[in-house]
Amino acid sequence: MIAGARLEPGRRYRGLAGVLVTGFCSALAAGLLIVLLGYVIAQGWTAINPSFLTQLPRPVGVTGGGVANGIVGSVIIVGIATLMAMPIGILTGLYLAVYGRGFAAEFIRFLAEVLSGLPSIAIGLFAYTLFVQPFGHFSGFSAAFAFTVLMLPLMVRTSEEAIRGVPIAVREGALALGLPDYGGVLHVVLPAARPLIVTGLLLAIARVTGETAPLLFTAFGSQFWEANPGAPMAELSLQIFTYAISPYDDWHRQAWGGALLLIAAVLVLNIGARLALSRGSKRR
Amino acid sequence: MAATLLFVAIVVGLFLQLVHGSWESLTTFGPGFIWSSAWNPVTNKFGALPFIFGTVVSSAIAIVVASVVGIAAAVFLAEFAPPFIARPISFLIELLAAVPSVVFGLWGLFVLAPVLARSVDPFLAHTLGFLPLFSGPIYGVGLLTAGLLLALMIVPTVAAITRDLILAVPNELREASISLGATRWETTMRVVVPAARAGIMGACVLALGRALGETIAATMVIGNRPAISASLFAPSYTLSSVIANEFTEATSSLYISALLELGLILFVISVIVNGSARLLMFSMLRRERPR
Repeated sequence: MIAGARLEPGRRYRGLAGVLVTGFCSALAAGLLIVLLGYVIAQGWTAINPSFLTQLPRPVGVTGGGVANGIVGSVIIVGIATLMAMPIGILTGLYLAVYGRGFAAEFIRFLAEVLSGLPSIAIGLFAYTLFVQPFGHFSGFSAAFAFTVLMLPLMVRTSEEAIRGVPIAVREGALALGLPDYGGVLHVVLPAARPLIVTGLLLAIARVTGETAPLLFTAFGSQFWEANPGAPMAELSLQIFTYAISPYDDWHRQAWGGALLLIAAVLVLNIGARLALSRGSKRR
Repeated sequence: MAATLLFVAIVVGLFLQLVHGSWESLTTFGPGFIWSSAWNPVTNKFGALPFIFGTVVSSAIAIVVASVVGIAAAVFLAEFAPPFIARPISFLIELLAAVPSVVFGLWGLFVLAPVLARSVDPFLAHTLGFLPLFSGPIYGVGLLTAGLLLALMIVPTVAAITRDLILAVPNELREASISLGATRWETTMRVVVPAARAGIMGACVLALGRALGETIAATMVIGNRPAISASLFAPSYTLSSVIANEFTEATSSLYISALLELGLILFVISVIVNGSARLLMFSMLRRERPR
């Protein structure tokens, strides 16, 4: 071999072809997202108008109407779920991060893994057997419970990582200043971990906002204004599903409008989560 | 501590509730439930086979397509793309993971299914029609459409994890390979990717778990017919979509119980799949430790 020997053309072309093919695959995946978003925007835009956002659904055959009750229902259900998931998720993460050694902690981490891989419809069945079957009617609360269970694994994992990321010296400093152990954790460690916990929370909210499957037999849907979580409730993504599989053109149009609203909400939450993350890491 | 116990109670309770709810079906049909293909609410005969078939086949299509595209995309993003290309494309692929499944379903039903029915399926039937896989009438909705839509939904999972794994491969390996005269491409395919192989397999299995449990999107494009057919164009049914469609219409307690047992099967499958994904990733982490 001499220095500067030329590469066989075959090897060079194979490399070139490889880069082209892999590049094509990443462009394909990213391109399909753009196609999908573009289509939802183009179709959904025509459906969105003031009455779509403020009115109740009309009966079949009557054009017009809106998804206002679904938007309100989504906010209520996701709100209740967030309020329930936050304390359980963050405190479990805190327990794992601060006291999490040994068999019990490993078992809890394993459960979080199992839960995060579970199909959402199985969680919906669980909420059904727990809160719908015994009471004999569908309810917004049972949907909120299903969403809580869906949010928990993500909340537990991100809270644990966030709290673990706070240097042990910070906790020792709080102890040295005379704070009791729980006080140091509560007033010093948790605030330091807040940006990351907020990121996890926003991602969890985004995840359940786009979720439909468990709602089919928990919230069930409704044609009316319903702010009482004890009764069947309308929900935006559920309305999209119902409208999409219906045979009516006007409902299809409204499904696209709803999809645009839903996708906008989820993307805003995701980008908000990124911003919270980058702000948090800058401060540290 | 109390919150932790509550968390444990929720997860354990979930499993127990599913077993409890499906007890009537479990005792009536026994293990035969899994390989019986009867599904007749009128005569109270229930079997899970068509749904297991639909779930497995649609997910298999999805994971084959998604692992090829996802790994290729990850290789490009981690090894070849300059940052000003890699960053926006990674961002877009991650956003793809955030799109709600009902939106995927809507798009699949009104855009993907007609496109496949008009151009792709007839082409496949024309060129590969001698295989039973690509013969039979074309409906637009069916196993192939569902598999491709699921593939699109799980590509981000494969691509994001694989990219991180490839970026984590130590640079010494690349330098050693290049210094032996290998090209960048040969280094990537013969050194870098094999070094991350177990983890990449884990990522694919994790993505497979997502495809198996996906409900709404699959329900909207799979056709919802409990039949076992060799053709990929034929409508089928998945475990999760039969629960989604029939649960609120189930009248007899045995019917509800049978649907709950389908949920239990889904639970067991997803625990096994996710458990093996974790084992694969874990074994990789242990092996990669410096000796």
